[in-house]
Amino acid sequence: MDFKQDEIHQDILDMVHEFAVNDVKPLAATIDQTEEFPMDNVKQMAEMGLLGIPFPEEYGGSGMDTLAYIQTVEELSKYCATTGVIVSAHTSLCCTPIYQFGSEEQKKKYLPKLCSGEWLGAFALTEPNAGTDASGQQTVAVDAGDHWVLNGSKIFITNAGAADVFFVLAMTDKSQGTKGISAFIVEKGYQGFSIGKHEDKMGIRASSTCELVFEDCIVPKENLVGELGKGFKYAMMTLDGGRVGIAAQALGIAEGAIEETVKYVQERKQFGRRLSQFQNTQFELAQMKANTEAAKLLVYQAACAKDDHENFSHKAAMAKLVASRNASDVTRRCLQLYGGYGYTKDYPIERMMRDAKITEIYEGTSEVQMMVISGWMGVK
Amino acid sequence: MNICVCMKQVPDTNEIKVDPETHTLIRKGVPSIVNPFDTYAQEVGVRLKEASGGKLIVISMGPEQAKEAIKSCLAVGADGGYLISSRNFGGSDTLATSYILSEAIKAIEEKEGLKFDLILCGKQATDGDTAQVGPEIAEHLGLPQITYALDILEKDGEIQVKREYDAGYDMISTTLPAVVTVVKLPYEPRYPTIKSKMAAKKKEIPVLTEEDIPAIDLAFCGLKGSPTRVKKTYTPVREKNGVKLTGMEAADAANEVVKLMEEAKLL
Repeated sequence: MDFKQDEIHQDILDMVHEFAVNDVKPLAATIDQTEEFPMDNVKQMAEMGLLGIPFPEEYGGSGMDTLAYIQTVEELSKYCATTGVIVSAHTSLCCTPIYQFGSEEQKKKYLPKLCSGEWLGAFALTEPNAGTDASGQQTVAVDAGDHWVLNGSKIFITNAGAADVFFVLAMTDKSQGTKGISAFIVEKGYQGFSIGKHEDKMGIRASSTCELVFEDCIVPKENLVGELGKGFKYAMMTLDGGRVGIAAQALGIAEGAIEETVKYVQERKQFGRRLSQFQNTQFELAQMKANTEAAKLLVYQAACAKDDHENFSHKAAMAKLVASRNASDVTRRCLQLYGGYGYTKDYPIERMMRDAKITEIYEGTSEVQMMVISGWMGVK
Repeated sequence: MNICVCMKQVPDTNEIKVDPETHTLIRKGVPSIVNPFDTYAQEVGVRLKEASGGKLIVISMGPEQAKEAIKSCLAVGADGGYLISSRNFGGSDTLATSYILSEAIKAIEEKEGLKFDLILCGKQATDGDTAQVGPEIAEHLGLPQITYALDILEKDGEIQVKREYDAGYDMISTTLPAVVTVVKLPYEPRYPTIKSKMAAKKKEIPVLTEEDIPAIDLAFCGLKGSPTRVKKTYTPVREKNGVKLTGMEAADAANEVVKLMEEAKLL
């Protein structure tokens, strides 16, 4: 196992760290409250090349790898999980499938603008009646000769309110089941496309999670991605990569929570001693740190396996399962160390605990990850 | 407009601690950064260069590791950089440092085949806090200088500088070439991009020694060339032997304070 951590990875990390501390962290509590999409910071990240990290320069990317991208999501999520998922959904779920499955024309048309951040991307698979059972797609795409007509709706779409380009899955042949699902690129200005309900969420509150509505939406013929009927396969492969992004987000949340808690327990005094002098505090934080480092190895392993073009779906599933459960566990235990103050919005820990929960749910619940892992083990 | 930015690599003062026994800075394990005021000098320089064209060269005197600081300037808009480094330059005080830098600037003009219109420095370095090197460079080079600049505007071959002072700012014009030292600006220096970081990483930073600066007189360099003598450095002792008046009416307390001050001959 080689993590390929070069000096340049460290340089990028230093750069992201500086930005995260100066510009992302100060905004985290505010946007959690207002739900305002952090557009200025997204534009700044675009300028820094953080919205196209693992794509070749010929498509406007930064020419780095999955590891550098993953570490960026992790570093941002230490201070603001919303900002982390904005980058993750854009990169893993919109740019990646266009890069991986799109035609040369589609790549040339969409990737440079997505990588430069001129356009923001999103991914639309989930529907009111097709969550974990994603095969039950009810959005349909009908071939109308010189264009496609899409009808239906998608829910819980990250970045939706701010995105310009959507990677959308829709049924093109119901009789074929999952093999009747195809993938399309939909631009926000297309006739018959609109943004529906904005979700009021428990955590990652500024990530603009909305419903998408397709009412006789006209999609150009050339916006079908890859082959007809391969959409479900593309979506599953895309989610494998996305899971590494979410695992990195979860990892960052846990690291951020530990960092804040270590500072807190060194200052807070009870019974005439700092909290950090109590063995319970020491053992709790030691265990959390060790668990988080273990999760980190799984996350980086999955990222490097993707870079090496290995089969990495089980590695991504293990990384996400462990890192997301760890994030929930760590934030809950850290909040307990804060006591009553931790339950107030004067400290970031309650937000981190709320943010952590989603990592166990989206881009495949923990239960789905276990299905993937057990399937790979031959336990079926 | 060709611009030279003089930059110093300093320990990150956010991370620094003082040894309670020896009263010296614990430099071990402390990360090095570009002196924050120099990042503002660099940013204002890059903006001038972008507006009017020309070349921006960043120079630094220091050990080999200062190349990293030069590279981080290359990632945010500098076109080239030079490290000025030699055993003979070690131990230089501000006078010797500014002499070496001014001679290096002349040598670099020669090498690059250009003349600098503007030499920019941060107002001071956060480790020594002397604020002497910039003005001394101007003296060595015989150039006009403006310190504490908040902004620099170029117009018809001259510059207008907003000079900060406690109650506001002055607008001062000067002909070029000139030396300007820069304070914290109203805007933040730009971030690098992944591509500019990677490009800077690959660049070779040339090192200039006394051999590359033919006109330099070693008698004015290093410890020998430094008239400054440090007698002692220490952390001021914080005393807690003040008098606290409690449980008194405000008027009585005020009278008591006046009495105590008179006794101590403070009034």
